Amino acid sequence: MLYLEVTSHAEKVDSVMLYITVISLIFLIGITATMLYFVYKYNRKRNPEAKNIHGNFWLEFVWIVIPTILVLTMFYYGYVGYKDIKADPGEDALTVRAVAQMWKWEFVYENGKKSDTLYVPSGKPVRLLLVSLDVNHSLYIPAYRVKQDVVLGTTNKLIIYPEKTGDYDIACAEYCGLKHSMMYTKLRVVDENNFNDWYAKK
Amino acid sequence: MANGTAVIAGKSFYEEGTTKSKSGIASWIFSTDHKRIGLLYLISIVSFFIIGVIIAELIRLELIAPGETIVDAETYNRLFTLHGVIMIFLFIIPGIPAVFGNFFLPIQIGAKDVAFPRLNLLSWWLYMTGAVLAITSLFLPGGPADTGWTFYVPYSVRTGSNVIFALLAAFILGFSSILTGLNFVTTVHRLRIKGMSFFKMPLNIWALYATAWIQVIATPIIGITLLLIIIERTFGVGIFDPTLGGDPVLYQHLFWIYSHPAVYVMILPAMGVVSEIIATFSRRTVFGYKMVAFSSLTIAFVGYLVWAHHMFTAGLSETAAVVFSLLTFIVAIPSAIKVFNWVATMYKGSIDPRTPFKWVMVFIFLFSIGGLTGLVLGSLATDVHLHDTYFVVAHFHFVMFGGAGTIFFAAMHYWFPKMFGKMYNEKIADIGVYMFLISFLTLYFPMFLLGYNGQPRRYFDYLPQFQTLHVISTIGAWMMLITITLVVWNLIHALRKGEKAPDNPWGGVTLEWQTSSPPPLENFEEMPNVPNEPYDFSHLTGIKDGSK
Ligand code: HEM
Ligand SMILES: [Cu+2]
Ligand SMILES: [Cu+2]
Repeated sequence: MLYLEVTSHAEKVDSVMLYITVISLIFLIGITATMLYFVYKYNRKRNPEAKNIHGNFWLEFVWIVIPTILVLTMFYYGYVGYKDIKADPGEDALTVRAVAQMWKWEFVYENGKKSDTLYVPSGKPVRLLLVSLDVNHSLYIPAYRVKQDVVLGTTNKLIIYPEKTGDYDIACAEYCGLKHSMMYTKLRVVDENNFNDWYAKK
Repeated sequence: MANGTAVIAGKSFYEEGTTKSKSGIASWIFSTDHKRIGLLYLISIVSFFIIGVIIAELIRLELIAPGETIVDAETYNRLFTLHGVIMIFLFIIPGIPAVFGNFFLPIQIGAKDVAFPRLNLLSWWLYMTGAVLAITSLFLPGGPADTGWTFYVPYSVRTGSNVIFALLAAFILGFSSILTGLNFVTTVHRLRIKGMSFFKMPLNIWALYATAWIQVIATPIIGITLLLIIIERTFGVGIFDPTLGGDPVLYQHLFWIYSHPAVYVMILPAMGVVSEIIATFSRRTVFGYKMVAFSSLTIAFVGYLVWAHHMFTAGLSETAAVVFSLLTFIVAIPSAIKVFNWVATMYKGSIDPRTPFKWVMVFIFLFSIGGLTGLVLGSLATDVHLHDTYFVVAHFHFVMFGGAGTIFFAAMHYWFPKMFGKMYNEKIADIGVYMFLISFLTLYFPMFLLGYNGQPRRYFDYLPQFQTLHVISTIGAWMMLITITLVVWNLIHALRKGEKAPDNPWGGVTLEWQTSSPPPLENFEEMPNVPNEPYDFSHLTGIKDGSK
């Protein structure tokens, strides 16, 4: 399935995921275990008299500051992993217009070639210009861990860095009506030569 | 009169009403007694919840296998829209404030009623009007809306289904919410009993008060937005639809400026109830009372500033994305503080983990998962992958259902004896809690995995590799149905056959436990004593109460 990482960006996203998940698990287990322990230890059977504790400044201070620092690091890693796909790759990228309409995709290349499968060469950045002909859609490549909404009236941009050759699913992730769930197509990553052959063919 | 000794046996609010007709349905639907209105809401809201659950069961059944199983794609799209609209607008947003807020807010501050009893009745009527409109749309040509509960433009402007009805319904429901909010704010300011300063109010009141402000301030925005779509659809004025010169992303902004704060309308009241229950069953004061009270207000106000985290993939500028991501992480902190404070409140308490307390323990576990997975969605790199997938579906069910929904059940079991004067079977109720936890995890945990593996939401059909996880989730949905049936049946059974409840079955110290179960028409036969501090159990020591 999808666990394998086919681009370095996917790897990065997974490591951010892992980072947040591990910290979250520590908190979840900590909170749950402490709660269960207190309910056992201070059960009315064992502890008929409660002790009133109104608060503790330092304790509260600590549990505000530490989580704040932790979430700031999460924010930072998330931002770093986002920035690198937002930067425009410049001249040497391949530009493809991705045209979405209910419920199919069409990819239009600079030489006028059209295809319903997204052919791209491996090792070269691809700039997808997303346009819609009817309502909003969203171009989603789960294996690459990226998506970008296709908004009617604007041209959004999605940049991908294909590496390993192979076929990957492209799904629509913004609800668009009847056959939204069937708006699948493929991203086909081939090596440079194969791509050039395909690209040159009429 | 405190501590469970019965007040002079007067008439309860069931025997004495505010209307001319002494009994029958008119004495209920025209009553201005906040308790009767609370019960009217209870019946309506629980009914819609059950309808929402039944629709969800159909959704889950359809998803047991790829392709068409029991309904076609069109029906499926209408079903999840209806499920979302019912659960959000008819169940979880009004939920706790309308039922338990109405019933207990005046009592907990020692008032006879809310500030504007007639307005209160009007809110219930508006609620019902909105609900009836939504239901009517089912039977009109065009059929119920198929846009998802978010009504995103341009789809919602183009579809042939009855969107206007759904929008009008949501618009009217918004007014009901605003009126309730106004009423609560005014009541808290004007009608507190002598001696109850703000910092002597129960945390439930703080939470309801903060929520009421959000209702008053945020709800008009959604009202206007929905009205704008209606205008656009009816008169073809370009507002959101680019073919008419409008901007679809503007709609998303306006929608979430309301709907994110609305998330706090769902969860804040639940948080208030949690503080009450933990204090009562631990017999000690809430750890960091002021911090918990202020964090409600902080959440209410900072919650306005994070709406665009729902739009990270819509084409926001990088700067906007960064700012909203950062603010999202910041707003997570007050919720985390509350969880720590609750657990700390158990420290050195004298804990009697009865049914309501067990519900709260389940809440803390499920809500923590909901909150922590929210961090994954607040982080930009991961959100771009997970946005609009089943990961989000899992996340919001953990927060709304595992959080607010669980506490609806907790509140039901906590205040049931007070509201109805009857006790329920606690053994069966406890079994219900355990079953709920197991069903919930079976139903929703697989959805996190589905989402991370790339299954988008609002999908009628799916790729074969996702089937195993979908099947597990569907089995969880059946378990959930059985659980809910058991829990509801147990309470209905108690209504008819339950033992008489004492005035103070749990040994609580907030004012509702100083009056009879059920309370008299104007809540107290004798003015209650306001304790020196909100959760002062000292005078309870040694006094026999309902606990075994
Ligand atoms: C037995 C209980 C429930 C089950 C089995 C269930 C199941 C589901 C499923 C499978 C979806 C996703 C449909 C899709 O994306 O194709 C969904 C959506 C949703 N659910 Fe539930 N749910 C339940 C209870 C609740 C509750 C209690 C709430 C609210 C408190 C709720 C709120 C929502 C919302 C807002 C949506 C989104 C609808 C949309 O995409 O427009 N659900 N539910
Ligand atoms: Cu779509
Ligand atoms: Cu939000």
